[in-house]
Formats: sequence, structure tokens, C-alpha cells
Amino acid sequence: MDMPIPSAEILSRRADHIAALKSVVPADRVIEDVIGLRAYECDALTAYRCTPLAVVLPCNTEEVAAVLKLCHDRGIPVVPRGAGTSLAGGSLPTADAVVVGVARLTDVLEVDYDDRIMRIQTGRTNLSVTAAIEEDGWFYAPDPSSQLACAISGNIGMNSGGAHCLKYGVTVNNLLGLRMVLMDGTIIDLGGAHMDAGDIDLLPVVCGAEGQLGIVTEATLRILPKPEGARPVMVAFGSSAVAGACVSDTIQAGIVPVAIEFMDRPCIEACEAFAKAGYPDCEALLIIEVEGSDREIDHQLALIREIAERHNPDEIRESRSADESARIWLGRKSAFGAMGQINDYMCLDGTIPVSELPYVLERIGELSKEYGLGVANVFHAGDGNMHPLILFDANKPGDLERCEAMGADILRLCIEVGGCLTGEHGVGIEKRDLMHAQFNAQDLEAQMIVKDVFDPKWLLNAAKVFPLDASEARRA
Amino acid sequence: MTQTTFTPTTEDELSDIIASAIGPFDIVGGGTRHTPAGHQRLSTAGLSGVRLYEPGALTLVAGAGTTMAEINALLADNGQRLPFEPMDHRAVLGTTGEPTLGGMIALNHCGPRRVQAGSARDMLLGLRFVDGSGRIVKNGGRVMKNVTGYDIARLHCGARGKLGVMTEISLKVLPLPERTATMALAEPSPIAAVAGLSKALGSPFEVNGAAWHQGRILLRVEGFNDSVSYRADQLAGLLPGLTLVDENPWDDLRDARFAATTDRDIWRVSLRASNGAKAAERLMGMGVDVTLDWGGALLWASTDNGFDLRSALGGLHGHATRLRGAGDAPALEPAADGVAQLTTALQKAYDPRGLFNG
Repeated sequence: MDMPIPSAEILSRRADHIAALKSVVPADRVIEDVIGLRAYECDALTAYRCTPLAVVLPCNTEEVAAVLKLCHDRGIPVVPRGAGTSLAGGSLPTADAVVVGVARLTDVLEVDYDDRIMRIQTGRTNLSVTAAIEEDGWFYAPDPSSQLACAISGNIGMNSGGAHCLKYGVTVNNLLGLRMVLMDGTIIDLGGAHMDAGDIDLLPVVCGAEGQLGIVTEATLRILPKPEGARPVMVAFGSSAVAGACVSDTIQAGIVPVAIEFMDRPCIEACEAFAKAGYPDCEALLIIEVEGSDREIDHQLALIREIAERHNPDEIRESRSADESARIWLGRKSAFGAMGQINDYMCLDGTIPVSELPYVLERIGELSKEYGLGVANVFHAGDGNMHPLILFDANKPGDLERCEAMGADILRLCIEVGGCLTGEHGVGIEKRDLMHAQFNAQDLEAQMIVKDVFDPKWLLNAAKVFPLDASEARRA
Repeated sequence: MTQTTFTPTTEDELSDIIASAIGPFDIVGGGTRHTPAGHQRLSTAGLSGVRLYEPGALTLVAGAGTTMAEINALLADNGQRLPFEPMDHRAVLGTTGEPTLGGMIALNHCGPRRVQAGSARDMLLGLRFVDGSGRIVKNGGRVMKNVTGYDIARLHCGARGKLGVMTEISLKVLPLPERTATMALAEPSPIAAVAGLSKALGSPFEVNGAAWHQGRILLRVEGFNDSVSYRADQLAGLLPGLTLVDENPWDDLRDARFAATTDRDIWRVSLRASNGAKAAERLMGMGVDVTLDWGGALLWASTDNGFDLRSALGGLHGHATRLRGAGDAPALEPAADGVAQLTTALQKAYDPRGLFNG
């Protein structure tokens, strides 16, 4: 993975830059020792690492502003960091960059159930946002798999989704306002506790810009009352294609489940071996969850059963209790851990039109044979967000490269059928150079224009998202 | 004087027209939402038609000039709809013509179901447009989840065509419910009304219409038959006196038709729900007619001509738009300095010659 060559000039003045950082924020905010910096050399894309120039962990928005202004004036690149859980290398530093982390900004600033909003500092983890309100019967809807660890700042950066976004939408649909610091230190507010904007609305482009437009320190979130209950049904099929058709029919029948999860045989077998959830022996499996009162759930599950039966399922297992629900979810929730136990794997994130599911699964199977690498599929079927896990052996020379080549082929396939490279993980460095496959030069130019406006010197997380050859002239 | 009207039928043609333009345009869809400034006209009528519709994937792709009538009819035939209830401005603005998809995105419209289904922006999956340099751009796509690159498609929602001319729009659609039920409860005070609406919206009963209009709380629930009966019962338990009514006030609320028959100025104000209650009380004391939607978070005001509503609101609002009427106050909410600088720079980047300012 290419990264820009660090500036020798910045590296040679490291001591001076660190002293300057300590002059604008209290010294204990700055990490400069080799051991301390090691924790920041990568995120959850651990294949790529680089020790940054320094790390700053500010304690408020004004400190973030002071650090950015200093870096801006000195021409030092900045890499923003939430909890460091990016699977795409979103917070991978360069050697000449200062990492600015929001880990110390974790306060809940305001909760208002009457107005159905919550204001937080963005270093707070996703799960602890809901944790602060769930005893009162409320929740924050986006629920990425990493929700125990990931920070809201990163959720905003990547516009994160989760299993339940079929019904509740992704981050951008649940974000009402934010406070952010631009690279030159300017602090701005977008949106607030009200809905939408009166004119051009910048908020939806900041959400999902992978930390390239500014560092978001506070967010106003839409919160929702918890449903009375939720229960899943598990349906086993003899082929992935039939499972795909069942997904489409369910949606078309007017049922909008809160989640539709899909697993194929390799994944089911791995989960069985790992979690012993008692899953049926089948080619493909759907877990469909619906919400409401008991009676409402019964009714929706009956409708789903009726649709599923038209597709001759191997088995239908309806949950009738919390315990049965937990057993149905057990395998799915341990899928990534289970796969990790048997192999190294690379998790892809392409999204496709739901109607293309059978074809894409078939093609992935063929690619798997061609490359001689196993693939397990586990994903959010309702919205077409695929997560093929390509299995490889990191200790075997050439395996990682083959795995990356196969991953690129799968992502090109997603684009070919009308989909996209990434549904919720973001581009980062991982998919940066594949952007040419989805966008032409004009499309990319129209996006980079936005960065020109927010960060004219291209100092903020600049080596991400856009192919290096496309952004080169601007970064120079 | 007759203005020149350009009616391109392809993106390439549109790109040529823009690239060789010497003066500003009025971008016109159905012409139902704004009064053209008198520039040469750029019509999207030739960029119309449904390009793709997959009910099983909840996806619709159509040209920006496609009429809402065509889209609504197609969706209804397949038991689906645009869930965010886009406003039809004809009654309140006294315009004719057919509203188009492009106009709907340009104004980011949304009706009473905003509280549950979001706005046009929330259902937008992708966009093709031509910017002020004639650059043909695609962004987003036709899939539900997409974080590939910057989301500049959503930048066009509410931008009133200032960043470019949209040519093709992809949207998520949703199934029509089996049943819709409306409930009402008399409540003269906006403060008490919004407290009631908050109670309903804070319940798990999936209220998707929550208004206060002409002294009544109005609530709506939708879904499967049984479900609707159950939720209506539960809501009546929360708000004693709430009863099912056999009427549909929601289309009128969506289009602000209640204000259409007067010649007063009409303002649409987005604000924090609890501020909606306070603002309503204050404005009513000043002789302003007020209706609240979105559980209090949307305030419709009919005022005397030239009335400066923003001053009267005294900082209670998020943004206020004068939909009809004139006056010294700008029709759109002015942005704070830092944000205004970014917005102006962005406009300039996409439209360096100021072709779309009018």
C-alpha cells in the first residue's frame, strides 16, 4: 500500500513541533515517546502500520482548535482518530503527521426525551450512547458490529450502519447536528436539535467524509423509544439463490423487518463449530427479525413464514421466547470470531442491488475456486450490504496478495452489477485505489472540490479516500 | 419579453448548453415551487422518465424532470410510495404545472411523516448532475448502503439547484401500509399539545403523524390492520380522550393548504419540538396563525404581509423560510459566518460563473 513520502523537513523539526504543541495545549495531552506512540501506528486494518510524529488527545473543542491551527500554520498533516476501529485504515498515520484523537471527549452533554435528542462528545463509544439512555426505554439506532469499541466520531466519519439500518437508517439519517473544527482552527456548528437546514446543508457531506473535512467534537443525535419487543425467525434453504429470492419477496410483501441477515454454508459450519448454536445443516440461512408487541410480532412472523414456505425451505425456526431468540442470534453474532479462529480473513463490504444477490454469490463461488481461497458469506441481506470473508494464511508467502487481488475482483463485481465498493466501512486506504473503478475523473473531481473548500491545503487525512494519483496535484 | 428556453434531452446536450452559457439560468422543472427570476430558462422536461424500478429492492431511478404524478402512480400500482410525503406547493403558491422529482430534491421536501420516515434527503440513494462548468457527475448509486467517497448527492437536497442541474435521481421507496388511522383530541394550548405529542412520539407505538392544528392534537399510525388497532388503543390509553376520526388531515398539513385561501405571508419554521410550543404561544399573542407538525418541530405561521417572523421568534428557531410573501427579511435563513463562508465557497467551486444563483 503506497503512502505519500513523509516530509523530511517536518521530521527534522520534530522536537520543535512537539514543543509548539505543548505550548498550545497542556503537556499531558501530547504523546511523544516511542512506546506511547506505538498504540497509534495502526487501526483495525493491522496489515499497515506507521508511527506518527506525535499524538494529541485534547480535552475539549477549543484544544482541538488550537492544535489544528498550529498544524495548519506549520503545514503539518493531521490524522483524526476516534477509537481506532476502522477496517479500512481510516486512521492510519504517516510519519510526518500528528494524530489528533477524541478519546478524552466522552461526555453526555444533554439528553431530552421530550425533544427526542441527545447531545454528546464524539469520543463516546456507540454502545455507551445507548447505555446512557436505555434504562429510560430509549436507544440510538445505528449499531455497527464494533459498537462496543467504536466511537461516534468514527461513525460520523464513515457514516456507519449496522444490522438494524434496514428499518432505522444509517448514521446520516440519525444525526441532527454537529460541532466541528476545520483544519485552520475555525469552529463551526451545523444543524442542531431541529431538523434539516434552511438552505444548502453541509452536514450530510461531512458525515461520511472520513475525517477529511474537519474534526467533529460534538454531535446531536436523534434518539428513539425502544420497541416493545423483537423476535427473529430463522429459515434454512437448500441454495443461496432461493434464500435471496425469499429476501426480495419478503420486502415486496410490505414487511419491513428490522434486520435480515444471511449466512452461507462455510459460515454456518464455522459458527456451529465455534458457538454450537444448533443451526441446521443447510446451504443458506436467513435470520429475519421483526419488532412490536407480542401480537404484532406473531402476525409478522406468520406472514414471513407464509412467504418462506413458498420457497420450500429446509426448516423454519420461529422464536417464541427471549431464550430462543438468543440462540438464533448466537451463531450470527459470533460469526466473525468463529471465522477468525479457523483462519486469517479479509472482510469485504461491497453493496449490491438485492436482486443481484443470487448472481453475485454464484460469481464469488467461482472466484473462490479460481483463486483457491475459501470464502464465507455473512451479511445484511435486506440492504444488499455483502460481507464476504476471504480466508487466507498470513504466514504463507503470497497468500495476502492473492487474497487482496481476489477481494478487488469481488468489489469490481459489485460495481459491475450496479453496486458500490463499500456500504459501511469506508474507503480509507484499503479501497482508495479501486475508486477509479467506480468513479471517473469528473466524479472524483466533484468530490475533491469539497475538500478544497474545507481544507484548502489538504492537510487533514489527505492520503485517504481518493486514489493517490488523483489527489497528487492537490496534496503537493 | 420571451425568454429563451433550453430543453436538453441528454446530459451531453445539457453540458454543452451550460459550458457555452453567457448568462444565468432559471432551472425549471414543473415550475410549481418558485417564481423564475426572468433569466433564460433551462428546463428538465426532456430529462424525464423512469429508468429503473425494482419493487423487490425498494429502488426507483428516474430522470429529474419526471413528474411526481407519474412516479406516485407507478408506485401506487405496486403497493409502494415515497414515504416522506413530498409537499405539493400549487395550492399555497397558486402555481400550475406538474411538480417534478428534481424540484422535490432541490427543496428537500418532506411532510408530516418526517418524524418517522425522514426527508427526501434520507431516501436519496444517488444522483447524476451537471455542474456550472458543464461537468457531468455521478454520485452515490442505487443501493441502500453506500459510503464510497463523499456524499455530494445529499448536498443537492435543499440546495435549490445552486450546485448544478440534476439529471437523474435514485430513491429508496417503501411499501404502502395496509391501514392508516388518524386520531384527534381537543387541546387549545400549544404547550399542552406539544407535551401530548411528545408523549405519543416517545412511546413505542410508531406514531408517524403528530400535529397540532386548529385546537386539536392529531396523531397517525399506519401498518397492518391488527397492529393499527392495537397501537390506536395504546395511544388512547396514553392520552385520555384521544379518539379515532374518519378524516385525512395529513394531505392538507403536508401542503399547508390551510393557509392557501388567505393572502397572508406564509412561513415554514424548523425548530426544536419544545421550542415549537413556546414559539406558537408567543406568536399567537402577536396575531399570527400557527399550526404545528412533527410533534412541534415544524411550525407553520401565517402572518401579516411584511411581518419579520425571525425577529418575533427571538432565537427559538433553527431555520425559518418565507414560503410566500415579500419583505425586507430574506426568504431563506441566513447562515452563521463560518458556515456561510463554506457554503459560498462551495457554490463558487461548483458554479464559478454564478449561472445558478437566480
